[in-house]
Amino acid sequence: MGRARERGQYVTVNMTKGQAISLQKADGGTLTAVRMGLGWQAAKRRGLFGSRTREIDLDASAVLFADKQPVDVVFFRHLQSDDGSVRHTGDNLVGGVGQGGDDEAILVDLQRVPVHIDQIVFTVNSFTGQTFQEVQNAFCRIVDETNGQELARYTLDGGGQYTAQIMAKVSRAGAGWQMTALGNPANGRTFQDLMPAILPHL
Amino acid sequence: MTAELVRGQNHPVSQSRVEIRVSAGTPVLALASLADEQGRFSGDGILAHPGARSQPGVRSPGELAERHTFAVDLDEVAADVHRLGVLLVLPPGGPVRFGAVPASYVAVADPDGAELAGYTLTGLDAETAVVALELYRRQGAWKVRAVGQGYAEGLGALLTDGGLPAPHAAELAAAALRTAARTAEADITLATMPTLVGDLRAPQTPAQAPAPAPEPPDPVVGHPYAGTSGPAPGGDTPASPPTISYAHPRRRRTSTEPPEPAPRAAAPQEPGQAPRPVAGDASGWSMEERLYNQVWGMFEDLARTVAAYRSAVEFADSRMDRELDEALSDPRHRLGGSGNAARDTARARREELVAQAQAVLDRDLTQLIAESEVVEPALPAAYARWDNPVWHGHRTPEESPLALRLGDLHLPERPDLRIPMLTRVPLERGLWIDNGRTGSEAAMTMDTDRLRRAAMDMAVALAVRLLAVHPADRFSVHVIDAAGAGSASLEPLVRAGVLAAPPAAGATGVTQTLARLTRRVDLVQMALRAGAPEDLPPDVDTADQLLIVHDFPHGFDDRAVTQLRYLADEGAAVGVHLLMIADRDEASAYGPLLDPLWRSLMRLSPVPDNHLADPWVHHAWTFEPDLPPQGSRVLDQALDRVVEARRTTRP
Repeated sequence: MGRARERGQYVTVNMTKGQAISLQKADGGTLTAVRMGLGWQAAKRRGLFGSRTREIDLDASAVLFADKQPVDVVFFRHLQSDDGSVRHTGDNLVGGVGQGGDDEAILVDLQRVPVHIDQIVFTVNSFTGQTFQEVQNAFCRIVDETNGQELARYTLDGGGQYTAQIMAKVSRAGAGWQMTALGNPANGRTFQDLMPAILPHL
Repeated sequence: MTAELVRGQNHPVSQSRVEIRVSAGTPVLALASLADEQGRFSGDGILAHPGARSQPGVRSPGELAERHTFAVDLDEVAADVHRLGVLLVLPPGGPVRFGAVPASYVAVADPDGAELAGYTLTGLDAETAVVALELYRRQGAWKVRAVGQGYAEGLGALLTDGGLPAPHAAELAAAALRTAARTAEADITLATMPTLVGDLRAPQTPAQAPAPAPEPPDPVVGHPYAGTSGPAPGGDTPASPPTISYAHPRRRRTSTEPPEPAPRAAAPQEPGQAPRPVAGDASGWSMEERLYNQVWGMFEDLARTVAAYRSAVEFADSRMDRELDEALSDPRHRLGGSGNAARDTARARREELVAQAQAVLDRDLTQLIAESEVVEPALPAAYARWDNPVWHGHRTPEESPLALRLGDLHLPERPDLRIPMLTRVPLERGLWIDNGRTGSEAAMTMDTDRLRRAAMDMAVALAVRLLAVHPADRFSVHVIDAAGAGSASLEPLVRAGVLAAPPAAGATGVTQTLARLTRRVDLVQMALRAGAPEDLPPDVDTADQLLIVHDFPHGFDDRAVTQLRYLADEGAAVGVHLLMIADRDEASAYGPLLDPLWRSLMRLSPVPDNHLADPWVHHAWTFEPDLPPQGSRVLDQALDRVVEARRTTRP
């Protein structure tokens, strides 16, 4: 199990692969809106002129499934699900903006997720093709959007020769929702390439 | 940078000279109240109102209007005045509660016009008099606080609550309202109002500033309306009014300012319930813009909730089909009743999911319908349906509108939930009313003559709307009706004499009209490129122009067609807009050459037709034109106003 850590007044759960947490508030109420934040820092830069290494462009995507059938996807070319419940705050091409803050974020209004959608899978791809070895301090976290409290954080530790990662899924559990950390490495430029890798996790 | 305040929030005011601007959705009376540290009124000069506009440090606007400006000089405010309230009061005979009118917006601006802080008064209900903002002293400096609370019983109750003896309060309220009522009854133009107000104004006695003593004086002494006030009621000495609460409801009262309240949601609401909708509850710089954004927000919400519903139903259907197939192909089900049971289960699962989706959809639709019910009556004329009462009180405006209603949009899931189809003005694209029978199913069933008449009537209604919502002389309409086939529909425009020229007939008329407008586009473009719009020849009309083209391509030669395409491409940017009423098939002789023309125009239909897609999920929305009710004279009345406004504008 992950260790609970005091962080200011909030307790953040550092998740490990495959671990599931229930998205319930401490007082027992269910969450209404969560944010999946993705942050990373670009590889060290020497200068702008003459540098042939490109910026690192990671993309966060969310795929909405109904009974293992992909129904809708939210990514940098389709920033809001048709039903309006999942919204991407916009493409970040370089990362490292907020020194630990989210560079891309996907907001999920759990109350407005259509009734047939039972799982939402979050993925990260390296659009520019660099592997996670070249990315530093990449993380994904779940935040209670109503009060900004961080519920869970998953670190893309180690990097490795991968260009994509299936980060986590949020799935219906009873009347509420739960989040499962997946952290499964994969390869692909956009979420479409990852579909074969996503399906086993549903 | 404007600070958008929410109820209870405050903001420092560093300048001493500020303007307070009020933009209400309906004509209101705007007053300023001057109270002491405890929010109590004492002495005279506690109210700046149309009958006594100037009080030390503040001058209130005079007349009943939707927009007001107060001039405030905080350095001039009497030392014992600690709270300067901006009050909005609904006049008698108008709307009966603030909950029924669009949310008002109040802003504090510096003398240069830059807004320092603004506040939208949302969440009001039965109030008829509200404290919108309060400027108050705090540790030697002034701050502004968004208050947004008021009294259903009106201005009198507000004043009584501030410690004014009831008879005095009632009398002062009546005096303030009397002026407003008189101006409203007289129905005179704004320009003449100050004179009237001036006549009513009692001699000002700024020297007799309220005594610092908290004891309220005799109501009669020094009151501007001393002549009309009765004797002071003995039993109601304000020193001991046990029944009167001096506190503003829900506001803390202490002599030392309490800690500033944290911003909170504008409308207190039951947990789990959607907030009560309020007209104008969207972002924007003006009420018009907020309503525009609100309508588009409703449009998007409806598109998305229906998308969720349709997606769920589609999934439920496909899952049922799959499960039925499985039940059929499963050899265990070949014999016995288990196959039927499996099929029943599959159907029940579908019904259950669809019912869930329906429940969500119904909840959202109920909310949107409630919002539509408050938004529709609050819309300004440019956005309003022809049957909206706003048209009866419509006056030719001073400014061009932000947007225009072209018609209504709805989806089959809830045909009675109509979204106004608003498009920005000036029009970015030309409009094309398709009077061809092959255009839509509904058109197929109509005979050609009726369809053409309907299309032309719709075009005329649009032209009247455009004329009525633009300032006089800022919009002209030209008509090309080569064969004269549209003359019956055009009759109201011709009779009122609002057209720039009689409808152009025949090939000569077509050529002349197009040549004139082409020259205008060309000259204005040149002037703009050269950065010298003032050098335009005096005969060039800089007003926006609408060209109605009926029965295209009758009367058009190749040169005229080229000119028309030029106007369609280049005209909108310099204020020449196209409104075509045409059947595409009749221009089929031109082959694909005209395809870019048709594509560049926004196609509308004179009959309900589902050819418009929303920008988010691309549902097919049914468009319905907005026409005046049968037998209504609203078009003629609107045209009369245009004519009248033009007469008074022209020297």
